[in-house]
Amino acid sequence: MISFGPTEEQSVAREAMREFATRAMRPIARECDETASVPEKFLQSVWELGLTATQIPEAYGGAGEARSPVTNALVLEELAYGDVSLALAALTPSLFANVILDLGSEEQKQAYLPLFGGERFHAASLAMIEPSPAFDVLSTRTAAEPKGEGFVLSGRKSFVPLGDRASHFLVVARGGAGFGFDALDAFIVPRDAQGLTIAEPEKNLGLRALTTVGLVLDRVELPAAARLGGERGIDARRLVNASRAALAIALTGLARAVSEYCIPYAKDRVAFGEAIAKKQAIAFGLADMRIETDAMRHLAWKAASQLEHGLDATKSAQLARDYAAEECMKIADNGVQVLGGHGYIREHPVEMWYRNARTLGVLEGTVTL
Amino acid sequence: MIDFELTPKDRELLEAIRREALVARGYARHYDENEHEFPPDELPEAKDFPSVFSLFAGRGKEDTGMGVMSMLLTAGQTWGDYSVRMRRGKGGLGNAALRAAGTLAQQEKWKDLTLAMAITEPGCGSDPSAVQMTAVLDGEEWVLNGEKIFVTTGCRADGVVVWATIDKAAGRAGIKSFLVEKGTPGFIVAHKEKKLGIRADDTAAYVFKDCRIPRANLLGGEETIPKAGSGGFRGVMKTFNMTRPAVAAIGLGIAEAALDFTRDQLREVGIEIEYGGGMGSQSAVVRRFQRLEALYEAAMLTVLHAAYLSDHAKPNNTEASIAKAKGGSAVREITQGCIEILGPLGVSRDHLLEKWFRDVRITDIYEGTGQIQRLIIARDILGYSSAQLR
Repeated sequence: MISFGPTEEQSVAREAMREFATRAMRPIARECDETASVPEKFLQSVWELGLTATQIPEAYGGAGEARSPVTNALVLEELAYGDVSLALAALTPSLFANVILDLGSEEQKQAYLPLFGGERFHAASLAMIEPSPAFDVLSTRTAAEPKGEGFVLSGRKSFVPLGDRASHFLVVARGGAGFGFDALDAFIVPRDAQGLTIAEPEKNLGLRALTTVGLVLDRVELPAAARLGGERGIDARRLVNASRAALAIALTGLARAVSEYCIPYAKDRVAFGEAIAKKQAIAFGLADMRIETDAMRHLAWKAASQLEHGLDATKSAQLARDYAAEECMKIADNGVQVLGGHGYIREHPVEMWYRNARTLGVLEGTVTL
Repeated sequence: MIDFELTPKDRELLEAIRREALVARGYARHYDENEHEFPPDELPEAKDFPSVFSLFAGRGKEDTGMGVMSMLLTAGQTWGDYSVRMRRGKGGLGNAALRAAGTLAQQEKWKDLTLAMAITEPGCGSDPSAVQMTAVLDGEEWVLNGEKIFVTTGCRADGVVVWATIDKAAGRAGIKSFLVEKGTPGFIVAHKEKKLGIRADDTAAYVFKDCRIPRANLLGGEETIPKAGSGGFRGVMKTFNMTRPAVAAIGLGIAEAALDFTRDQLREVGIEIEYGGGMGSQSAVVRRFQRLEALYEAAMLTVLHAAYLSDHAKPNNTEASIAKAKGGSAVREITQGCIEILGPLGVSRDHLLEKWFRDVRITDIYEGTGQIQRLIIARDILGYSSAQLR
């Protein structure tokens, strides 16, 4: 049944996150961007909200609520509205835990999910992106060769969130021949694995508060049990689709932040004797921001809902992500223009959002639902 | 619960509409090329197609709401053709106005008529408060004088709800709507308009010359006269809240036909639209096509959202305008883009794509242009009145 109505619990969760975003994220966002760091205190306060542990079954040390990509989408939009870099940092543990939850074998769930049931923020991450032009997950080069019972991983990864402190990495690699989804696998690689080099944090255009690192895998030997999903392996579509749907809703939250910031500014700023918001050139641009933010959200919800039903979301997730990346960029771009010179000054958050929109739009695999 | 899956009953209904639409499509070219003809009220094939109304029975709470469903059904029909229908339904825009603004007695009296709605004049479109047509009370009759254009269903309708001013100095407050039945002396159907697209559609121009109608034909009754800004104008403007998403759905049904045709043509030359890859593994043609598909999906979801709110009795003024604005721009870009992808094949009159490109262009114009929709949205998000943001 087609429905745009969140459940009662979802509405409550969304409201709580909206409040958290305004109270705990907005005030620190600029400083985190300038210092390119996330305060431990912030990560801990987010941890106490239970974002990662809530949907892990009790048997694995979680709170046992139903796994719901739709609820996670509602939460992520609000966090991204607060600050998208901090949102991605806060949700990095889910990047590992949710993938284990969806695609891991029973042994893997038992071994790794309890890491996230504790009182302290626990970082583990996903390594999907590679440092090559026009990177596309289907053209993953990191290779997993069988050796004895296990595998040998070789390749390079980049943009691995919180890689500076992650205890484990899920590394996406090509097991078979060819470049399709079927050739893709993921492997659980502990931080201290032989042959794994974790580079210094990357210096990026945007999402600066989110520490990302590159990995070099130089013939990293792994046991058979490290292969995600065990002997069956995984349907990598699920992993990629959840990441794309997440990106689409994060971009929606970012776009909403821009458009909601522009509205009071445009009503306040006077030019030629009246508020610039009363000029159609500005007002229509603000209307377009609202139209496209709504559209982005609907597309992301559709993909999230298909994931929740266990349906193939390949098409909907791709359309949602590509659309959101393009439209969020336009909105952030127009946001800078609405503020004019002020849009270019670091006193306002709009220039940061402009950088974040460009950065986030090309980084699938850095957040999931 | 947020959900986008159709139920089996939803699907059954949509598939039935699609089957009819495909038959209607067979007549599309004929009525496009023969603008002076009207498609029949019932196609010859109708005997082989039992009425889809039977499929509405047995729909339950678990099925998609009727407002949302009606948007999908509308798009399903125009996916076949804009104008040709297996069976033409009764009623026009004027019927919606009668239901929204008429007194109970008026609704009862005219319920069996198909009513057009005439607002636009040669000199006024987006700003209906500039209406020039006059209504003057003379004893127990109103005397109407003026011209109306772009009247949808204007030739076939049994009557029309027409906007006229009873007091030009009062501006918007002076505008009232009147019901005029066909055959009233002085009410002249001047001609059928000649258009870029939707040529088979019945779009008329009217002239009213000392046309006398009973005093009781003032829609909403005479209590609407003293209260400035109420009754007639506002009452009729409300009807647009329900029709704006529907107009977007009409355009999107055609846009989907264009996408389907383009996908099929690409497949014939070995180009498959595959999903999952990114910039590095897809051709420019495939990416371009997927962008158009995303536009379609995005626009359709804004339409369904506006209808969903209406189904749940929630305000949807802004969302209705969002749907109309998004739909209006999306269908232009989609059909323009499909022709670009197919190249010369796309402009050939051997295929319907060029017709769809012409047909959808009206979507961003009638029922409030894209600019007017943006004005409505901007007023809402900025908290401005219509006087503050013009």
